[in-house]
Amino acid sequence: MDLNDAVLDRLRHVAALPDLTGTRYELESEIGRGGLGVVYAARDRHLDRRVALKVLDSTLAAEAQLIARLEHPSIVPVYDTGMLPDGRVFYTMKLVAGARLDHYLERAPSWGERLRVMRRIGEALAFAHTRGAIHRDLKPQNVMVGAFGEVYVMDWGVEAVAGTPAFRAPDACPDRRSDIYALGALLQFMLPLSAPPALRAIAAKAMRADPAARYADVTAMLADIERFQDGLAVEAWSEPLWHRLRRFAARNAVLLWLLAAYAGVKFLLFFLRNL
Amino acid sequence: MNKILVGLIAGLILGAIDGATAWFTPEVRSAIAGIMVGSSIKGMIVGMLSGWFARKVQSTQWGIALGAALGLLFAFLVALMQHAHYLEIMLPGFVTGAIIGFLTQRTGAPATAKVGG
Repeated sequence: MDLNDAVLDRLRHVAALPDLTGTRYELESEIGRGGLGVVYAARDRHLDRRVALKVLDSTLAAEAQLIARLEHPSIVPVYDTGMLPDGRVFYTMKLVAGARLDHYLERAPSWGERLRVMRRIGEALAFAHTRGAIHRDLKPQNVMVGAFGEVYVMDWGVEAVAGTPAFRAPDACPDRRSDIYALGALLQFMLPLSAPPALRAIAAKAMRADPAARYADVTAMLADIERFQDGLAVEAWSEPLWHRLRRFAARNAVLLWLLAAYAGVKFLLFFLRNL
Repeated sequence: MNKILVGLIAGLILGAIDGATAWFTPEVRSAIAGIMVGSSIKGMIVGMLSGWFARKVQSTQWGIALGAALGLLFAFLVALMQHAHYLEIMLPGFVTGAIIGFLTQRTGAPATAKVGG
């Protein structure tokens, strides 16, 4: 048999597949490539269920340990960790059925839905920060939206991850504020061009070059998004007077209609009396 | 501030303002003080009942509907006592009641659940 390019590629592919001999897992297919490894769909023979299995390029299990510490509804739970015969570390986690955030946005979800997803991401991040963990590589490819609207933040980074340029803060030492920058970049990514200036201002504040000028924490940023959703003024934007009046009118539309109805009734009666 | 108090205050203020508009009707201008007091009392009764309702049912639509209905009912009773000015009393009373109903739904603290036995 000739060793043409296709055969060589196939051999390379097979050789790169992890050897799961001696583990309880059976390899199914490759799902994607993350910061420091490759993720596969696998079957857990003991529990007869499908899992996501990530094989790390390094021998460090820090990533698995980091995620295992973070028990949150929007963070994919780690089930198990182990070592392959070649010394590489792997861990298994819940296999999320859904769409990556960038693919999910192609379905043009509503405003409310986009902001709901944004808040779920922010809540996961805020929780991780309280546990002393930072993501380091937040981007649309690392967020999954499940079939029932559940949101998962994935691929939590370790020291070696530098981040993705469009979502990476220009900070010398990545910290919580770098995650806030990435969250702002993610919000900007999720907003269409027609987005209200208040929302754009929230993203811009989170993405300021000076970390001290960004939101103090993720909770403060989420509170600003919530204020926007409640029709209140946001901290990130000093709105012009006409915009403030428009927001007041939108927020108090029913009351203004009732007052207008009262004035209308009074004027009607006045003119009827003077006919 | 609880919703019944909100209703009482809103009813008092809106009732007084509604009564004060009688100044634009020359034939009743001399009795404006009495009209304002009567209108304020009517507003306070509507406000109190709307506030009580708002503590039980949290619905802006139903709050407006009940406020409007109560405003109409009490305005009708006032007009009945006068045997005159039915339209001038009932129409603004209806809208004022709706505003009071709205305000009791949107402002004031809801009833707190009792704890313990």
